[in-house]
Amino acid sequence: MAIRLAQTSASQATRDAYGEALVAVARNNPRIVALTGDLRDSNRLEAFAAAYPDRFIECGIAEQNMAGVAAGLATCGKIPFVSSFAAFSPGRCYDQIRVLIAQPRLSVKLVSTHGGITVGEDGMSAQAVEELAMMRALANMTVLVPADAVETAQAIGALTEHVGPAYMRLGRSAVPVLFDDGYRFAIGTAPVLRDGDDVAIAACGVMVSRALAAADTLAAEGISARVLNCSTLKPLDASAIVAAARETGAIVTAEEHTVYGGLGGAVCEVAAAHHPVPVERVGLQDCYGESGSPEALLEKYGLTAAAIASAARRAVSRKTRP
Amino acid sequence: MDPSVDVRALEARAREFRKTILKIITRAGSGHPGGSLSAIDILTVLYFHHMRHDPANPTWPDRDRFVLSKGHGCPAWYVVLAEAGYFDPRHLQTLRELNSILQGHPDMTRTPGVDMSTGSLGLGFSAAIGMAMAGRLDGRPYRVYAMLGDGESQEGAVWEGALLAAHYGLDNLTAITDRNGLQQTGRTEERIRLDPLADKWRAFGWDVQEIDGHDLAAIAGALERAGTVRGRPQAIIARTVKGKGVSFLEGVVGFHGKALTPAELDRALTELDGAPAGGRR
Repeated sequence: MAIRLAQTSASQATRDAYGEALVAVARNNPRIVALTGDLRDSNRLEAFAAAYPDRFIECGIAEQNMAGVAAGLATCGKIPFVSSFAAFSPGRCYDQIRVLIAQPRLSVKLVSTHGGITVGEDGMSAQAVEELAMMRALANMTVLVPADAVETAQAIGALTEHVGPAYMRLGRSAVPVLFDDGYRFAIGTAPVLRDGDDVAIAACGVMVSRALAAADTLAAEGISARVLNCSTLKPLDASAIVAAARETGAIVTAEEHTVYGGLGGAVCEVAAAHHPVPVERVGLQDCYGESGSPEALLEKYGLTAAAIASAARRAVSRKTRP
Repeated sequence: MDPSVDVRALEARAREFRKTILKIITRAGSGHPGGSLSAIDILTVLYFHHMRHDPANPTWPDRDRFVLSKGHGCPAWYVVLAEAGYFDPRHLQTLRELNSILQGHPDMTRTPGVDMSTGSLGLGFSAAIGMAMAGRLDGRPYRVYAMLGDGESQEGAVWEGALLAAHYGLDNLTAITDRNGLQQTGRTEERIRLDPLADKWRAFGWDVQEIDGHDLAAIAGALERAGTVRGRPQAIIARTVKGKGVSFLEGVVGFHGKALTPAELDRALTELDGAPAGGRR
């Protein structure tokens, strides 16, 4: 059964929720430390720095060293939350993450803001559109992309309990608040936000609200679309994906990321192995972003409710008729 | 000089370690003998004279930490850890074998006494900085030692770490550079010049000592003095000889990542057996 969504028009950037949540969880957990590479403002860590100055470690513009420092802290019992822009972490420090964090399974939580093209005007060098594939490829790594502020806050709480390395991608721009206090985030589960049996839309991050809007559009045309919130890219909720494939017969994936190796890739891997069905992938089609407002960029690069609805129609038309 | 340093006993140990290092690398058929022999005297002093550690309790929170940032030198470290009692020395015969606790590069999930996995160069040093920071945060008395290769110091991340450790005045951190002058394909100064290396560390805000990295008393003295420095991390530039102790390995580029043949091993062992304690000077 679909979970209940919040009845609100509020919006908040997931990075804002991160900053607030980290201060809250650190209150009762002295093991938590926060690291940033000269981005305490952008990463929303100023409140943490003020509340826990001893546990806030400014690492300067040096992401490689920062990732290694976090690994060392973790071997001494700390739970480091390491923040930068997603373009720089993991973009600038992948080998440190691989050898010092992922391979030894250390409990370092890499939480990067400014994921995807909704970074906006700073342009393509600042827009990470491939880092989910990078992180998903690392064994032992948990990969999260929360859809809204409520889920982000809960995911931060979950990460403090979670043992092992994790990467979480957050966004710069405000996104609609989808969930209310009754929502229960759990690593590895993809909750159904809307029931449907003609097609399933598996979405993450900023694309979740767009998937819900697409489902509305499709419903008006008589196409019943199920919407899954795939906030855990790894480990992907395979049973939810297989159930969606079996029960709807067609899947659309939607992510603010290249269609290679991220959510689209992950869903295809599971579907191909367990219940092959037509899959249409909405995302960046092997390209980079550019400067522009977040909304204009989403429109230009086809990351819209309309694009998801079109993909759903294509997926439905590809179903093998009995 | 610290009168408590039993130089003779340490030299005897180091000579045996050299033999074991070469034997296990030849047995494995691959490994890095040159950089293991240049580092072994420093490792011997660290583990059998200087560091506070307890092989019976490898996770003792107050233990001194050691990170082998030049991870390829791990045969030397494994030999020392085994002799210290971290694991049964019989494991040394499994170096680089499938399922061994002794991997080709250090793996903290497999090897008792290894506090940080390393391999790719320029990584472990940053982790050592994190350990030093954690010690300061928790008010623990332990010290952290990182051993860097000189070739490794061409990695930019080393200098990111040097900046940070000095910025925070991490005086519980000592970085020892195994300055053997060679890297995989040639002399460091011909590949990417490092000198004046001591000046670089000084300019980054570190206390710097330069020593003969095969003079056990000098190593012990430098480590002792580093521990008295307040407000700054300490760099020890240890001038060493790659392949130290075996005439046909010393200063030879070709033995960076190549095991000795059984015949070469015999020659090397004969030399080491005949050498005065501490190897040739």
